[in-house]
Amino acid sequence: MALIKAHNRYIIVLTFFVALLLSVFPIGSGNAWLRPEFVCLLVIYWVLALPQQSSLLFIWLLGCLQDLLEGAALGQHAMALMVVAYVCLLSYQRMRNYSLWYQTFLVFVLVGLHQLVDNWVHSLQGGAAHTLVFLLPAFTSALFWPLLWMWLERLRIYHRVT
Amino acid sequence: MGLGALALILIALNVYTDWLDPLRERLATAVTPLYSIVDWPRSALEWSQESLRSREQLQEENQLMKSELLIHKRKLQQMASLAAENVRLRQLLNSAEMVKDRVLVAELIGVSPDPLTHRVIINKGRRHGVYLGQPLLDAYGLMGQVVEVNEFTAQVLLITDATHALPVQINRNGVRAVAEGTGDLYSLKLRHLANTVDVREGDLLVSSGLGGRFPVGYPVAEVVSVVHDPGQPFAEVEARPDAQLNRSRHVLLVFSGRHGEGVKGIVEPVEPTSEVPGSAVESTP
Repeated sequence: MALIKAHNRYIIVLTFFVALLLSVFPIGSGNAWLRPEFVCLLVIYWVLALPQQSSLLFIWLLGCLQDLLEGAALGQHAMALMVVAYVCLLSYQRMRNYSLWYQTFLVFVLVGLHQLVDNWVHSLQGGAAHTLVFLLPAFTSALFWPLLWMWLERLRIYHRVT
Repeated sequence: MGLGALALILIALNVYTDWLDPLRERLATAVTPLYSIVDWPRSALEWSQESLRSREQLQEENQLMKSELLIHKRKLQQMASLAAENVRLRQLLNSAEMVKDRVLVAELIGVSPDPLTHRVIINKGRRHGVYLGQPLLDAYGLMGQVVEVNEFTAQVLLITDATHALPVQINRNGVRAVAEGTGDLYSLKLRHLANTVDVREGDLLVSSGLGGRFPVGYPVAEVVSVVHDPGQPFAEVEARPDAQLNRSRHVLLVFSGRHGEGVKGIVEPVEPTSEVPGSAVESTP
Protein backbone atom coordinates (compact mmCIF):
# COMPACT_ATOMS: atom_id res chain seq x y z
CA MET A 1 0.00 0.00 0.00
CA ALA A 2 1.46 3.27 -1.07
CA LEU A 3 1.30 5.87 1.61
CA ILE A 4 0.35 9.36 0.53
CA LYS A 5 3.30 11.60 1.14
CA ALA A 6 2.72 14.68 3.20
CA HIS A 7 3.22 17.80 1.17
CA ASN A 8 2.77 21.41 2.24
CA ARG A 9 0.84 20.44 5.35
CA TYR A 10 1.76 23.75 6.94
CA ILE A 11 -0.91 25.37 4.74
CA ILE A 12 -3.55 23.54 6.78
CA VAL A 13 -2.13 24.82 10.06
CA LEU A 14 -1.92 28.29 8.58
CA THR A 15 -5.58 28.31 7.53
CA PHE A 16 -6.58 27.20 11.02
CA PHE A 17 -4.46 29.93 12.54
CA VAL A 18 -6.24 32.53 10.41
CA ALA A 19 -9.59 30.99 11.36
CA LEU A 20 -8.73 31.29 15.07
CA LEU A 21 -7.79 34.93 14.55
CA LEU A 22 -11.07 35.57 12.72
CA SER A 23 -13.00 33.84 15.47
CA VAL A 24 -11.88 36.47 18.00
CA PHE A 25 -11.73 39.47 15.70
CA PRO A 26 -13.78 42.23 17.37
CA ILE A 27 -16.98 42.92 15.40
CA GLY A 28 -19.15 44.66 17.97
CA SER A 29 -21.65 43.14 20.34
CA GLY A 30 -24.59 43.86 18.04
CA ASN A 31 -23.23 41.60 15.30
CA ALA A 32 -21.86 38.88 17.54
CA TRP A 33 -24.45 36.35 16.40
CA LEU A 34 -23.61 36.95 12.73
CA ARG A 35 -20.03 35.72 12.93
CA PRO A 36 -19.57 32.52 10.92
CA GLU A 37 -17.94 29.63 12.77
CA PHE A 38 -14.70 29.75 10.80
CA VAL A 39 -12.90 26.99 12.67
CA CYS A 40 -15.84 24.63 12.24
CA LEU A 41 -16.08 25.43 8.51
CA LEU A 42 -12.39 24.70 8.05
CA VAL A 43 -12.68 21.41 9.91
CA ILE A 44 -15.51 20.41 7.56
CA TYR A 45 -13.49 21.45 4.52
CA TRP A 46 -10.27 19.68 5.44
CA VAL A 47 -12.05 16.50 6.50
CA LEU A 48 -13.87 16.43 3.17
CA ALA A 49 -10.72 17.21 1.21
CA LEU A 50 -8.29 14.91 3.01
CA PRO A 51 -10.38 12.38 4.98
CA GLN A 52 -7.63 9.77 5.28
CA GLN A 53 -5.08 12.24 6.57
CA SER A 54 -7.28 14.12 8.99
CA SER A 55 -6.58 13.36 12.61
CA LEU A 56 -9.24 13.58 15.27
CA LEU A 57 -6.53 14.30 17.83
CA PHE A 58 -5.50 17.41 15.92
CA ILE A 59 -9.12 18.55 15.73
CA TRP A 60 -9.57 17.85 19.44
CA LEU A 61 -6.51 19.93 20.34
CA LEU A 62 -7.71 22.66 18.01
CA GLY A 63 -11.05 22.72 19.82
CA CYS A 64 -9.29 23.04 23.18
CA LEU A 65 -7.22 25.89 21.78
CA GLN A 66 -10.38 27.67 20.69
CA ASP A 67 -11.86 27.13 24.15
CA LEU A 68 -8.82 28.69 25.80
CA LEU A 69 -8.93 31.58 23.36
CA GLU A 70 -12.62 32.32 23.81
CA GLY A 71 -12.61 31.66 27.55
CA ALA A 72 -15.21 28.91 27.16
CA ALA A 73 -15.36 25.72 29.20
CA LEU A 74 -12.38 23.56 28.27
CA GLY A 75 -13.61 20.82 25.95
CA GLN A 76 -16.67 22.67 24.69
CA HIS A 77 -15.46 23.35 21.18
CA ALA A 78 -13.37 20.17 21.25
CA MET A 79 -16.56 18.18 21.70
CA ALA A 80 -18.50 20.17 19.10
CA LEU A 81 -15.75 19.90 16.48
CA MET A 82 -15.33 16.17 17.15
CA VAL A 83 -19.02 15.57 16.50
CA VAL A 84 -18.88 17.55 13.25
CA ALA A 85 -15.67 15.86 12.10
CA TYR A 86 -17.06 12.42 12.91
CA VAL A 87 -20.22 12.99 10.84
CA CYS A 88 -18.06 14.32 8.00
CA LEU A 89 -15.78 11.28 8.16
CA LEU A 90 -18.79 8.97 7.95
CA SER A 91 -20.28 10.71 4.94
CA TYR A 92 -17.43 12.37 3.02
CA GLN A 93 -17.86 10.12 -0.02
CA ARG A 94 -21.39 11.32 -0.56
CA MET A 95 -20.84 14.91 0.50
CA ARG A 96 -18.01 15.44 -1.98
CA ASN A 97 -20.28 14.47 -4.87
CA TYR A 98 -23.14 16.75 -4.00
CA SER A 99 -23.57 20.04 -5.80
CA LEU A 100 -22.23 23.10 -4.06
CA TRP A 101 -25.73 24.29 -3.11
CA TYR A 102 -26.68 20.98 -1.61
CA GLN A 103 -23.37 20.96 0.26
CA THR A 104 -24.23 24.40 1.58
CA PHE A 105 -27.42 23.04 3.07
CA LEU A 106 -25.51 20.19 4.70
CA VAL A 107 -23.00 22.67 6.10
CA PHE A 108 -25.92 24.47 7.71
CA VAL A 109 -26.93 21.23 9.39
CA LEU A 110 -23.36 20.44 10.49
CA VAL A 111 -22.65 23.88 11.94
CA GLY A 112 -26.09 23.73 13.53
CA LEU A 113 -24.96 20.52 15.23
CA HIS A 114 -21.84 22.36 16.42
CA GLN A 115 -24.02 25.15 17.81
CA LEU A 116 -26.27 22.65 19.57
CA VAL A 117 -23.33 21.15 21.44
CA ASP A 118 -22.09 24.66 22.21
CA ASN A 119 -25.43 25.71 23.58
CA TRP A 120 -25.74 22.52 25.57
CA VAL A 121 -22.50 23.30 27.43
CA HIS A 122 -23.71 26.85 27.96
CA SER A 123 -26.92 25.48 29.43
CA LEU A 124 -24.85 23.46 31.93
CA GLN A 125 -23.26 26.72 33.01
CA GLY A 126 -26.63 28.45 33.25
CA GLY A 127 -26.25 30.88 30.36
CA ALA A 128 -27.92 29.27 27.37
CA ALA A 129 -29.75 31.14 24.64
CA HIS A 130 -33.48 30.92 25.17
CA THR A 131 -34.46 31.26 21.53
CA LEU A 132 -33.25 29.71 18.30
CA VAL A 133 -30.92 32.69 17.84
CA PHE A 134 -27.97 30.39 18.55
CA LEU A 135 -28.55 28.83 15.12
CA LEU A 136 -27.82 32.15 13.41
CA PRO A 137 -24.06 31.43 13.10
CA ALA A 138 -24.97 28.21 11.28
CA PHE A 139 -26.93 30.28 8.78
CA THR A 140 -24.13 32.78 8.13
CA SER A 141 -21.59 29.96 8.01
CA ALA A 142 -23.64 28.23 5.32
CA LEU A 143 -23.86 31.47 3.34
CA PHE A 144 -20.10 31.73 3.58
CA TRP A 145 -19.45 28.14 2.53
CA PRO A 146 -19.52 28.37 -1.33
CA LEU A 147 -16.99 31.21 -1.25
CA LEU A 148 -14.78 29.39 1.22
CA TRP A 149 -15.02 26.14 -0.69
CA MET A 150 -13.97 27.65 -4.02
CA TRP A 151 -11.19 29.66 -2.44
CA LEU A 152 -9.78 26.76 -0.42
CA GLU A 153 -9.98 24.39 -3.41
CA ARG A 154 -7.82 26.79 -5.39
CA LEU A 155 -5.42 27.15 -2.49
CA ARG A 156 -5.19 23.40 -1.95
CA ILE A 157 -4.66 22.54 -5.61
CA TYR A 158 -2.22 25.36 -6.19
CA HIS A 159 -0.03 24.33 -3.26
CA ARG A 160 -0.72 20.61 -3.80
CA VAL A 161 -1.51 20.05 -0.14
CA THR A 162 -1.76 16.36 0.63
CA MET B 1 -14.44 7.84 20.85
CA GLY B 2 -11.87 8.06 23.62
CA LEU B 3 -11.27 11.69 22.71
CA GLY B 4 -14.98 12.42 22.80
CA ALA B 5 -15.22 10.90 26.26
CA LEU B 6 -12.19 12.92 27.34
CA ALA B 7 -13.86 16.09 26.05
CA LEU B 8 -17.00 15.27 28.03
CA ILE B 9 -14.96 14.67 31.18
CA LEU B 10 -13.14 17.97 30.65
CA ILE B 11 -16.45 19.80 30.22
CA ALA B 12 -17.84 18.20 33.38
CA LEU B 13 -14.70 19.07 35.38
CA ASN B 14 -14.88 22.62 34.09
CA VAL B 15 -18.53 23.19 34.79
CA TYR B 16 -18.84 21.48 38.17
CA THR B 17 -15.40 21.91 39.74
CA ASP B 18 -12.57 24.42 39.62
CA TRP B 19 -9.73 21.88 39.50
CA LEU B 20 -8.79 22.80 35.97
CA ASP B 21 -8.54 26.54 36.59
CA PRO B 22 -4.78 26.71 37.32
CA LEU B 23 -4.08 24.67 34.17
CA ARG B 24 -6.40 26.88 32.14
CA GLU B 25 -4.71 30.04 33.34
CA ARG B 26 -1.29 28.71 32.46
CA LEU B 27 -2.36 27.56 29.00
CA ALA B 28 -4.36 30.68 28.27
CA THR B 29 -1.25 32.79 28.83
CA ALA B 30 0.18 31.15 25.73
CA VAL B 31 -2.93 31.84 23.68
CA THR B 32 -3.82 35.44 24.58
CA PRO B 33 -1.13 37.00 22.33
CA LEU B 34 -3.59 36.20 19.52
CA TYR B 35 -5.81 38.92 20.92
CA SER B 36 -2.98 41.41 20.58
CA ILE B 37 -2.58 40.40 16.92
CA VAL B 38 -6.28 40.87 16.29
CA ASP B 39 -6.19 44.15 18.16
CA TRP B 40 -3.32 45.41 16.05
CA PRO B 41 -5.37 47.13 13.28
CA ARG B 42 -7.29 49.11 15.85
CA SER B 43 -4.23 50.14 17.81
CA ALA B 44 -2.52 51.14 14.57
CA LEU B 45 -5.52 53.29 13.70
CA GLU B 46 -5.51 54.84 17.15
CA TRP B 47 -1.79 55.50 16.92
CA SER B 48 -2.17 57.22 13.55
CA GLN B 49 -5.05 59.30 14.86
CA GLU B 50 -2.92 60.30 17.83
CA SER B 51 0.25 61.13 15.97
CA LEU B 52 -1.00 62.46 12.64
CA ARG B 53 -2.96 65.37 14.00
CA SER B 54 -2.75 68.99 13.08
CA ARG B 55 -1.47 71.60 15.47
CA GLU B 56 -4.87 73.33 15.58
CA GLN B 57 -6.65 70.15 16.56
CA LEU B 58 -4.18 69.51 19.35
CA GLN B 59 -4.48 73.06 20.63
CA GLU B 60 -8.24 72.86 20.55
CA GLU B 61 -8.20 69.58 22.43
CA ASN B 62 -5.74 71.01 24.93
CA GLN B 63 -8.06 73.96 25.56
CA LEU B 64 -11.00 71.63 26.07
CA MET B 65 -9.07 69.46 28.48
CA LYS B 66 -7.88 72.44 30.46
CA SER B 67 -11.40 73.72 30.95
CA GLU B 68 -12.57 70.24 31.84
CA LEU B 69 -9.77 69.93 34.38
CA LEU B 70 -10.81 73.24 35.88
CA ILE B 71 -14.37 72.03 36.30
CA HIS B 72 -13.21 68.82 37.93
CA LYS B 73 -10.84 70.69 40.21
CA ARG B 74 -13.65 72.89 41.39
CA LYS B 75 -15.69 69.81 42.19
CA LEU B 76 -12.70 68.35 44.02
CA GLN B 77 -12.41 71.48 46.18
CA GLN B 78 -15.87 70.83 47.50
CA MET B 79 -15.02 67.14 47.75
CA ALA B 80 -12.17 67.95 50.12
CA SER B 81 -14.38 69.73 52.60
CA LEU B 82 -17.10 67.12 52.26
CA ALA B 83 -14.61 64.31 52.80
CA ALA B 84 -13.24 66.09 55.86
CA GLU B 85 -16.74 66.52 57.20
CA ASN B 86 -17.42 62.85 56.53
CA VAL B 87 -14.31 61.85 58.46
CA ARG B 88 -15.33 64.05 61.40
CA LEU B 89 -18.85 62.62 61.47
CA ARG B 90 -17.51 59.11 61.27
CA GLN B 91 -15.18 59.80 64.14
CA LEU B 92 -18.13 61.11 66.15
CA LEU B 93 -19.96 57.89 65.39
CA ASN B 94 -16.88 55.84 66.29
CA SER B 95 -17.11 53.97 62.98
CA ALA B 96 -14.22 52.77 60.88
CA GLU B 97 -12.54 55.19 58.55
CA MET B 98 -13.38 54.90 54.86
CA VAL B 99 -10.63 53.12 53.03
CA LYS B 100 -9.24 54.91 50.01
CA ASP B 101 -8.82 52.80 46.89
CA ARG B 102 -5.73 52.63 44.75
CA VAL B 103 -6.23 52.24 41.03
CA LEU B 104 -4.34 51.05 37.98
CA VAL B 105 -5.22 52.16 34.47
CA ALA B 106 -5.66 49.29 32.02
CA GLU B 107 -6.72 49.00 28.43
CA LEU B 108 -9.21 46.66 26.83
CA ILE B 109 -7.55 44.47 24.23
CA GLY B 110 -10.30 42.01 23.43
CA VAL B 111 -13.91 41.06 23.81
CA SER B 112 -15.13 37.50 24.13
CA PRO B 113 -16.48 36.46 20.71
CA ASP B 114 -19.19 34.37 22.34
CA PRO B 115 -22.45 36.33 22.34
CA LEU B 116 -23.70 34.37 25.35
CA THR B 117 -20.91 35.43 27.70
CA HIS B 118 -19.99 39.00 28.51
CA ARG B 119 -16.27 38.88 29.06
CA VAL B 120 -13.50 41.26 28.12
CA ILE B 121 -9.74 40.89 28.13
CA ILE B 122 -7.55 43.63 29.59
CA ASN B 123 -3.84 44.19 29.07
CA LYS B 124 -2.83 43.83 32.73
CA GLY B 125 -2.16 40.51 34.39
CA ARG B 126 -0.49 38.81 37.33
CA ARG B 127 2.73 40.62 36.47
CA HIS B 128 0.97 43.90 37.26
CA GLY B 129 -0.55 42.69 40.52
CA VAL B 130 -4.00 41.85 39.20
CA TYR B 131 -5.81 39.31 41.39
CA LEU B 132 -8.89 37.12 41.14
CA GLY B 133 -12.14 38.93 41.95
CA GLN B 134 -10.64 42.38 41.48
CA PRO B 135 -13.24 45.01 40.51
CA LEU B 136 -13.00 46.92 37.26
CA LEU B 137 -14.42 50.39 36.65
CA ASP B 138 -14.64 52.81 33.81
CA ALA B 139 -15.14 56.56 34.03
CA TYR B 140 -18.89 56.17 34.56
CA GLY B 141 -19.37 53.21 36.86
CA LEU B 142 -18.69 49.63 37.81
CA MET B 143 -17.93 47.29 34.91
CA GLY B 144 -17.21 43.88 36.34
CA GLN B 145 -14.73 41.65 38.12
CA VAL B 146 -11.62 39.70 37.17
CA VAL B 147 -12.38 35.99 36.76
CA GLU B 148 -9.18 34.70 35.21
CA VAL B 149 -5.67 36.04 35.67
CA ASN B 150 -3.00 35.25 33.11
CA GLU B 151 0.60 36.39 33.16
CA PHE B 152 0.15 39.58 31.11
CA THR B 153 -3.61 39.74 30.61
CA ALA B 154 -6.76 39.12 32.60
CA GLN B 155 -10.32 38.16 31.77
CA VAL B 156 -13.10 40.23 33.26
CA LEU B 157 -16.70 39.12 33.68
CA LEU B 158 -19.03 42.07 33.07
CA ILE B 159 -21.89 42.80 35.46
CA THR B 160 -24.45 42.13 32.70
CA ASP B 161 -23.36 38.52 32.15
CA ALA B 162 -26.22 36.14 32.83
CA THR B 163 -24.18 34.38 35.52
CA HIS B 164 -23.22 37.53 37.40
CA ALA B 165 -24.91 39.21 40.34
CA LEU B 166 -23.75 41.92 42.71
CA PRO B 167 -25.09 43.50 45.90
CA VAL B 168 -26.22 47.10 45.43
CA GLN B 169 -28.15 49.72 47.35
CA ILE B 170 -30.40 52.52 46.21
CA ASN B 171 -28.48 55.73 46.68
CA ARG B 172 -31.58 57.72 47.66
CA ASN B 173 -32.65 55.64 50.64
CA GLY B 174 -30.12 52.89 51.17
CA VAL B 175 -32.42 49.98 50.34
CA ARG B 176 -30.31 46.92 49.61
CA ALA B 177 -30.87 44.65 46.63
CA VAL B 178 -29.08 42.24 44.34
CA ALA B 179 -28.54 43.33 40.75
CA GLU B 180 -28.41 40.42 38.37
CA GLY B 181 -27.09 40.34 34.83
CA THR B 182 -29.54 39.40 32.11
CA GLY B 183 -27.25 38.65 29.19
CA ASP B 184 -28.21 41.99 27.66
CA LEU B 185 -25.50 44.67 27.74
CA TYR B 186 -28.01 47.38 28.57
CA SER B 187 -29.99 45.87 31.37
CA LEU B 188 -29.75 44.54 34.90
CA LYS B 189 -32.58 43.14 37.01
CA LEU B 190 -33.09 43.60 40.74
CA ARG B 191 -33.95 40.29 42.37
CA HIS B 192 -36.44 39.66 45.15
CA LEU B 193 -37.44 43.26 45.73
CA ALA B 194 -40.82 43.30 47.49
CA ASN B 195 -43.69 45.23 45.93
CA THR B 196 -43.80 47.61 48.89
CA VAL B 197 -40.16 48.68 48.66
CA ASP B 198 -39.59 52.32 47.78
CA VAL B 199 -37.90 52.24 44.39
CA ARG B 200 -38.58 54.67 41.56
CA GLU B 201 -37.51 55.25 38.01
CA GLY B 202 -34.30 57.25 37.88
CA ASP B 203 -32.95 55.93 41.17
CA LEU B 204 -29.20 55.49 41.23
CA LEU B 205 -27.91 52.09 42.34
CA VAL B 206 -24.48 52.07 43.95
CA SER B 207 -22.42 49.10 45.06
CA SER B 208 -23.08 48.28 48.69
CA GLY B 209 -19.89 46.36 49.33
CA LEU B 210 -21.77 43.67 51.22
CA GLY B 211 -20.42 40.83 49.12
CA GLY B 212 -16.93 41.83 50.19
CA ARG B 213 -15.81 41.89 46.60
CA PHE B 214 -16.75 45.31 45.24
CA PRO B 215 -15.84 48.50 47.09
CA VAL B 216 -18.65 50.60 48.53
CA GLY B 217 -20.25 53.50 46.75
CA TYR B 218 -19.41 53.14 43.09
CA PRO B 219 -22.32 53.83 40.74
CA VAL B 220 -23.64 50.66 39.12
CA ALA B 221 -26.87 51.41 37.29
CA GLU B 222 -29.91 53.62 37.00
CA VAL B 223 -33.42 52.25 37.44
CA VAL B 224 -35.34 52.56 34.18
CA SER B 225 -38.57 50.73 34.90
CA VAL B 226 -40.50 49.48 37.90
CA VAL B 227 -43.46 47.18 37.31
CA HIS B 228 -45.73 46.18 40.17
CA ASP B 229 -47.71 43.15 39.10
CA PRO B 230 -50.20 42.15 41.84
CA GLY B 231 -49.96 38.55 40.68
CA GLN B 232 -46.24 38.43 41.29
CA PRO B 233 -44.60 38.21 44.72
CA PHE B 234 -41.85 40.66 43.79
CA ALA B 235 -41.60 43.88 41.84
CA GLU B 236 -39.97 43.73 38.43
CA VAL B 237 -37.22 46.33 38.46
CA GLU B 238 -34.99 46.91 35.48
CA ALA B 239 -31.87 49.06 35.54
CA ARG B 240 -29.43 50.30 32.95
CA PRO B 241 -25.70 50.05 33.73
CA ASP B 242 -23.89 53.36 34.11
CA ALA B 243 -20.61 52.01 32.78
CA GLN B 244 -20.25 52.05 29.02
CA LEU B 245 -19.82 48.32 28.82
CA ASN B 246 -19.37 48.09 25.08
CA ARG B 247 -17.54 51.34 24.47
CA SER B 248 -15.00 52.00 27.19
CA ARG B 249 -11.42 51.20 26.21
CA HIS B 250 -9.57 52.71 29.12
CA VAL B 251 -10.59 51.13 32.38
CA LEU B 252 -9.53 51.23 36.02
CA LEU B 253 -8.55 48.28 38.18
CA VAL B 254 -9.24 48.95 41.85
CA PHE B 255 -6.88 47.52 44.46
CA SER B 256 -8.22 47.11 47.95
CA GLY B 257 -6.46 46.15 51.17
CA ARG B 258 -2.85 45.11 50.78
CA HIS B 259 -3.22 43.93 47.20
CA GLY B 260 -0.91 45.45 44.62
CA GLU B 261 1.43 47.11 47.09
CA GLY B 262 4.71 48.08 45.54
CA VAL B 263 3.56 47.47 41.98
CA LYS B 264 4.69 50.04 39.44
CA GLY B 265 2.06 52.28 37.86
CA ILE B 266 -0.58 52.13 40.56
CA VAL B 267 -2.03 55.52 41.38
CA GLU B 268 -2.21 56.19 45.11
CA PRO B 269 -5.29 58.09 46.32
CA VAL B 270 -5.12 61.82 46.99
CA GLU B 271 -5.57 62.56 50.67
CA PRO B 272 -7.92 65.51 51.08
CA THR B 273 -8.20 64.69 54.78
CA SER B 274 -4.55 65.41 55.53
CA GLU B 275 -5.35 69.09 56.18
CA VAL B 276 -7.81 68.08 58.84
CA PRO B 277 -6.02 66.66 61.88
CA GLY B 278 -7.87 64.53 64.39
CA SER B 279 -7.87 67.38 66.90
CA ALA B 280 -10.31 69.20 64.64
CA VAL B 281 -13.03 67.07 66.18
CA GLU B 282 -12.71 68.79 69.53
CA SER B 283 -12.50 72.27 68.06
CA THR B 284 -15.71 71.89 66.09
CA PRO B 285 -18.60 73.32 68.00
